Amino acid sequence: MLTDWTLWLEWFIKSVIVTLALLTGFAYLTWYERRALARIQVRVGPNRAGPFGLLQPIADAVKLIFKEELTPGKADRIIFFWAPVITLVPSIIIAAVIPWGDKFTAWGRTITLYVADINVGVLYLMSIASIAVYGIVLAGWSSNNKYAMLGGLRSSAQMISYELALGLSFVTSIILANSMRLLDIVEVQKQLWFVVVQPVGAVIFWIATLAEVNRAPFDMPEAEQELTAGYHSEYSGMKFALFFMAEYQKMIVICAIAATLYFGGFLGPFVDRFPLLGPVYLLIKVVVLLFGMIWVRATWPRIRYDRLMSFGWKVMLPLSLAITLITATGILLYEMYDNILYYWAIPVVSILIGLLTVVFIYRELRRKAYERA
Amino acid sequence: MSVLDPVVELVRGLGTTLKMMFERPVTIQYPEQKREVRQRFRGRHVLKRYENGLEKCIGCSLCAAACPADAIFVEASENTDENRFSPGERYASTYEINMLRCIFCGYCEDACPTEAIVLGDNYELSFYDRRSAIYTKEMLLEPVPAQDMTTPQKVEANKFTRSVPEMKDPTD
Repeated sequence: MLTDWTLWLEWFIKSVIVTLALLTGFAYLTWYERRALARIQVRVGPNRAGPFGLLQPIADAVKLIFKEELTPGKADRIIFFWAPVITLVPSIIIAAVIPWGDKFTAWGRTITLYVADINVGVLYLMSIASIAVYGIVLAGWSSNNKYAMLGGLRSSAQMISYELALGLSFVTSIILANSMRLLDIVEVQKQLWFVVVQPVGAVIFWIATLAEVNRAPFDMPEAEQELTAGYHSEYSGMKFALFFMAEYQKMIVICAIAATLYFGGFLGPFVDRFPLLGPVYLLIKVVVLLFGMIWVRATWPRIRYDRLMSFGWKVMLPLSLAITLITATGILLYEMYDNILYYWAIPVVSILIGLLTVVFIYRELRRKAYERA
Repeated sequence: MSVLDPVVELVRGLGTTLKMMFERPVTIQYPEQKREVRQRFRGRHVLKRYENGLEKCIGCSLCAAACPADAIFVEASENTDENRFSPGERYASTYEINMLRCIFCGYCEDACPTEAIVLGDNYELSFYDRRSAIYTKEMLLEPVPAQDMTTPQKVEANKFTRSVPEMKDPTD
């Protein structure tokens, strides 16, 4: 009986920690992104509020809380109110299954460094990640605004297109780990990170991820030039802040997932002896991956919508199917003949297929250029 | 190698942005550091004085006449040797520029016969209400060159009869 309520307490404390970590993570991600973007654009970025501008997120939050909240006259009030919540909640609860460490002993009991350890963790991730799009679509629809509507529709179409490639790159790491449990996936990577075994899979995952969280160069739903602000055109004040929060929390979470699936999760030197180093390693990996996202945003222009679609269906999906097939075949042959050579054939053949894809894209672009001329 | 162009170009773009990260930021931290304005910058007006502290402005209203935005208002009064503000007969008792109307064209500078009004290098013109957008003579007038040279001055009779100074270089 006693263990029962302490278990509940442990879960509760861990959930609160994860939620708070995500909320402050969101605040400081905005700061991080603004500073990094500014440096890339040879500027300084926010540096006034507090040392290095570290209090800037707090100032932003205060501003957003005190802003007026408008609801358009002909909006669907109930859905308009709930859409930001529907967007925000999945972006927080998705973090529940991500392991940010193994376990350690304190106060006479072992405490695990993850909220939930479910054996189909990857499926949980997939399902929750796609729920968030409902909030965006409903926001676009309930605003009673053409731009918002188009933004919402674009978002859902984009999600559906890239969900497949994302799912298949999840599958590659499931095959490599032979488990859907995220903790197992991390444990298997003790010998070798999956990014080495399946580099093309990691690249596909990365591209699909950018599309899933609506980041540049796939930030179609909020293309300012075309849609003013996309699905959140009509939102202001704290409701807008919730969308903003959801977007940035999704960025953090998806980087944590990428780190878990392909970059060894919480693993790092000495993590066996000091399990509390796990969260630190995960944080470092997440920060590096987030920099990648910011870097891409600072570099590449937004891709046109029809090209986004054809890239998703004609390049990403076949390529990820091929990668899945190669990985599965390699693992199968390796287990049948017990020859490590088959295992190492996976990255080699994958890279060859990736190069072949690039060649096909190049020929297609050439052909189109000829037709235009 | 040209087959790999699609990828190579993308990576080159990333390289360029990364290289830019290590350049010195061009930002000037404005309220603490200020950028020097150009030599011919047209900022807030300054009413100049002679070396003896007398005002150059003689209240002729030519600047007001030249002003395309009708931003300047001048009212003149008589000078006496007991109470002298500027050389010559008259001085500007009221001189107001409405900074909301002014377009900083510099025509007032060109029109001025005594080179009294000059567009300076102050660009920090901000106010909380429209009334404080009107800059009065006290705000525009240059500080006195020395302590005892405030206007009005008591001067010896018939010394400052000429309101427009003699030009040393007529082609100027």
